[in-house]
Amino acid sequence: MIALLLRDLTLATRAGGGFGLGLAFFLILCTLVPFGVGPQGATLALIAPGILWVGALLACLLSLDRIFALDFEDGSLDLLATAPIPLEGVVATKALAHWITTGLPLVVAAPMFGLLLQLPSGAVPWLMVSMLIGTPALSMLGAFGAALTVGLRRGGLLMSLLVLPLYIPTLIFGAEVIRRGTEGGSLATPLAFLAGITAATLALIPFAAAAALRVNLR
Amino acid sequence: MSIWEYANPVKFMRLSGAILPFAVAGAVICMVGGLIWGFLTPEDYKQGSTVKIVFLHVPAAMMAINIWVMMLVASLIWLIRRHHVSALAAKAAAPIGAVMTLIALATGAIWGQPMWGSWWEWDPRLTSFLILFLFYIGYIALWSAIEDPDSAADLTGWLCLVGSVFALLSRYAVLFWNQGLHQGASLSVAPGERMSAVYRYPLYLTMLGFFLLFVALLLIRTRTEIRRRRLAALQAREARA
Repeated sequence: MIALLLRDLTLATRAGGGFGLGLAFFLILCTLVPFGVGPQGATLALIAPGILWVGALLACLLSLDRIFALDFEDGSLDLLATAPIPLEGVVATKALAHWITTGLPLVVAAPMFGLLLQLPSGAVPWLMVSMLIGTPALSMLGAFGAALTVGLRRGGLLMSLLVLPLYIPTLIFGAEVIRRGTEGGSLATPLAFLAGITAATLALIPFAAAAALRVNLR
Repeated sequence: MSIWEYANPVKFMRLSGAILPFAVAGAVICMVGGLIWGFLTPEDYKQGSTVKIVFLHVPAAMMAINIWVMMLVASLIWLIRRHHVSALAAKAAAPIGAVMTLIALATGAIWGQPMWGSWWEWDPRLTSFLILFLFYIGYIALWSAIEDPDSAADLTGWLCLVGSVFALLSRYAVLFWNQGLHQGASLSVAPGERMSAVYRYPLYLTMLGFFLLFVALLLIRTRTEIRRRRLAALQAREARA
């Protein structure tokens, strides 16, 4: 599994792997929003938590096709399916690699993007905490969507239709953590829900995604 | 004699063919009767004549949720026991459920405009119906995107399983996100909160009518799917000969 993780990370960082594209997309989004809604700091600060989370969803979504599609095309996914580690483990490892290449950079860079959107400095730690807890669920749910659509030639648009509704609970609680962190409300409930969704997703979705992959590989 | 006998397409076709005329007749009688009875009810002291939308709104909303549950059960039966009729029934139910959701949303908007002064509010109930509609669209789109019928049945089955969990989760997550305008359950059993009997009995009748309408449409659509399968099998045999 470690070898597979290192392989996926290497593939993502070498030429053409698209490492960092998610960050660039996020930067463009944070540049475009002020053009759309105007440069007033108060307005931007109000919508910043939502924009940052929606941006994270979209950045994650755009890189999902990398999880399985290339391996499916060149046949290495068939080899992985017959490998001694269970397919559930392959799915979990690949989702982890996806998270390290797209989710983790977003978590680290989020304060900078928060700065661009005039997010109050008190909210920055909560922005990082909510993204750190929430984004693993995005990668894992994305792996499920990618597994469902891996056999399709033009699966990209369909995948966004399938995956984005699954992101709604994470988005609600993630943005709520930042909002309450800024205003000083009680944080325990949204944080617990966010962590609960991520934990349950990490535990159960690999089985569903592996089942979908087996269907697509037969 | 068990329910699994009807997993055999031939037996299912025979049984559904026998039930279908009664379901159609029952749906027509209950819906026409219920809607006319509902139309003749007195006007509400607060809501005026707009209250009569309830006879379309509530049954459609009820069916929208229950059809998804039926699809979940049918998908589970397919994934566990591999009965093709079950997968085809889930496929046949999805567009009906999507239309029911749309009817509930549309009648709700028409009702909300005079009552709340707004066609749309980001109220938890309205929002969770919109999310349910998105899940229906995704499910139908996945069915139509995959060519191999058995793979499509498997993948949509898994989507339905995961989607059910997240639809339910979204239903309660939106409660957290925004407090609502929408009233509580329409048919509460607590005596003080109950709707007046004048409205309740025609409502029961239209609910039964919507249920029978769903049964009739589901049987027709499932029978069509089975016939389509048979046709495909015949064509494949012709091509080989």
